[in-house]
Amino acid sequence: MKHLLSIADLSADDLHHLLDLAADFSQIQQREIKKVPALRGRTIVLAFFEDSTRTRLSFDLAARRLSADVVNFTAGSSSVKKGESLRDTIETITAMGIDGIVVRHASSGVPNQITQWTDAAVINAGDGWHQHPTQALLDCYTLQQHFGSLEGKQIALCGDIQHSRVARSNVDAFTKLGAQVTLVAPRTLLPASLEGWPVGVETHLDHVLGDLDVLYVLRIQRERMGDSLLPTVREYRTQFGLTPERATRLRPDAVIMHPGPMIRGVEIDPEVTEDRRSLVLDQVTNGVPVRMAVLFNSLGPGQFTPVDGGVSEQ
Amino acid sequence: MSTTVLKGGRIIDQLGERSGDVVVDHESGVIVNVGPDLSGDTVIDISGCVVAPGFVDLHVHLRQPGNEAAETIETGSRAAARGGFTAVVAMPNTTPCMDSAAVINDVLAAGASALCEIKPSGSISVGREGHELSPMAELAALGVRMFTDDGSGVQDAQFMRRALEYAGSLYADDGVPFVLAQHCEVAALSAGGVMHEGEWSARLGLGGQPSEAEELMVMRDIALSRLTGVRVHFQHLSTAGSVAMVRAAKAGGLAVTAEATPHHFSLTDATCAGYDPIFKVHPPLRTASDVAAVKAGLADGTIDAIATDHAPHTPDSKELPFDQAPPGMLGLETALAVALDELDLPLADIIGLLSWRPAEIAGLAARHGRSIQDGNPANLCVIDPFVTWQVSGTDMASRARNTPFEGRTLTGRVRHTVFGGEVVVRDGEATR
Repeated sequence: MKHLLSIADLSADDLHHLLDLAADFSQIQQREIKKVPALRGRTIVLAFFEDSTRTRLSFDLAARRLSADVVNFTAGSSSVKKGESLRDTIETITAMGIDGIVVRHASSGVPNQITQWTDAAVINAGDGWHQHPTQALLDCYTLQQHFGSLEGKQIALCGDIQHSRVARSNVDAFTKLGAQVTLVAPRTLLPASLEGWPVGVETHLDHVLGDLDVLYVLRIQRERMGDSLLPTVREYRTQFGLTPERATRLRPDAVIMHPGPMIRGVEIDPEVTEDRRSLVLDQVTNGVPVRMAVLFNSLGPGQFTPVDGGVSEQ
Repeated sequence: MSTTVLKGGRIIDQLGERSGDVVVDHESGVIVNVGPDLSGDTVIDISGCVVAPGFVDLHVHLRQPGNEAAETIETGSRAAARGGFTAVVAMPNTTPCMDSAAVINDVLAAGASALCEIKPSGSISVGREGHELSPMAELAALGVRMFTDDGSGVQDAQFMRRALEYAGSLYADDGVPFVLAQHCEVAALSAGGVMHEGEWSARLGLGGQPSEAEELMVMRDIALSRLTGVRVHFQHLSTAGSVAMVRAAKAGGLAVTAEATPHHFSLTDATCAGYDPIFKVHPPLRTASDVAAVKAGLADGTIDAIATDHAPHTPDSKELPFDQAPPGMLGLETALAVALDELDLPLADIIGLLSWRPAEIAGLAARHGRSIQDGNPANLCVIDPFVTWQVSGTDMASRARNTPFEGRTLTGRVRHTVFGGEVVVRDGEATR
């Protein structure tokens, strides 16, 4: 597996393989010296055509801890601003001898398009409303860490499903690993068709709240109000927000997740972000070993064994 | 006289099928003789082939003036001729748009030396903005017979009503009727949509255009046609609902007509799965059941004509992200073969859908789509129905390469095209 474009391309076995690899890398993150020579001599470009803080930092750290050389590229400070085409940009980057391109773009499908213009491995760091595969992997990793397995777990994804790459990749990943997924949203924020999606749909959060193992809260963007998809922020909070009152109705053994950045007071109230059931910081922590696993899987020479702290050719 | 004899083929036109040689004359531009064992200055052996009236395309974008990097009237006419077309109706969404006599005159001047007849359409509204009527009588005086704001639909119902009434009262000295053609798309409902709204758009995370964005305007314009008594021509029908409404309107005696494109009766929204903007088009590629409905509409006469919506775009623009790339695909050089491959209809019916039926709608029936008889204009094409070939954008005469059929093996191709008695395509290649 060279590219990582979409969770839909992966089997349950592929997911388990990546999660196991992430567990190995996670061990290394406990050490005093967190760096291994697994990708020494490899060059990775972080091509972020859209702004990002945590994903970019997390990929940057992951690549450096594997000893890869990392170059950063942001659309705002590049010739993309001068009207250079995506193809020219990618071909230019490739011509400089790059092994991997981590790409974030506001348009769905750009990572797929890029694969035809480069020999480098393409890793999707989030494309439009389509996919955010490493987010899904780190979420699965976090849940596995907490519950041991996702098998049979009741997970609700609550919020703007239609405009969410996190929702699309997590539906794929959670269901492949055996969880039962319910989408919770008003019809205006659901995709027009859910044909082929192995999920349930619920338009009232309160109907499912008490049954959940996991409440996954998605960010609500304020511009949705202008698109007449929602009346007001206040009404959204009343209907779908994770308020302290709703948090009391979540089971004690349930967990709360959010991909960040959180809009406190809209989809989640400030008090709830401090709830002991929140896994939000674990999600951030786990981003690094998961992305190390992904980069190693796409660019590494073979098997990784954490015991000797390095790489053994298979 | 400079005559060419098409020798040894079968003739198929609206009079039926028969054998016979056809002699055309370049000087007079007419068919001078049809019958057995004829001779001429030049002999083209067409045994095994079919000679048919030249095709008429109700819907092409030639990009001149304004976007000559994608296509020009010359290159577009060469593509048309290679596809068997002897006349094309040029859509008005050029830059500047075809809303004035000056632009129409420029297009006609550039079209005078083209390899087929270039018939400009005129826009319904000034700037295709849907607010003020374009000077229809002035454009009509230059030969414009079709008015359309193609590229977008006329959004305002009152404005469309007035446009129908005004166009319905225009006078044409040649007696050829005018037609208002509509690109049916309610913009408010299609806004943000870059493909068909459904299973695939949901999965791919792309904004969708629901079928209803087209169907609401088809419904409205059927009502307005009834209200005004003026004919509406529906462009590029793409949904099962649209086909059903046009069928019902015709059954109710309303004088509406409709066209469908080869891509809408051969490709579905699943082609967008790889995010290749080559498959981005308006109206969007729909579902398999819509494709089946369009085919059924062509078979039962609900849809009167095959039109290509030939829409050239530069390679650069088709390498943009899917949501930013311009919509549209090439069609002129593949229309016949795709129709032969996809439609379960007799060859004569397919030729009719490409030739004499669109010629009537476009007001071109005096010169194009005529039966193959002595004295009729020599606008013809010669089809090899059995030859197998592989589609390649780089081999096309069009300046652009955005064919959605790249690499596909098709059966049936135009061998020769005769325009005004001149052989403009010989053995598949343009002669000038």
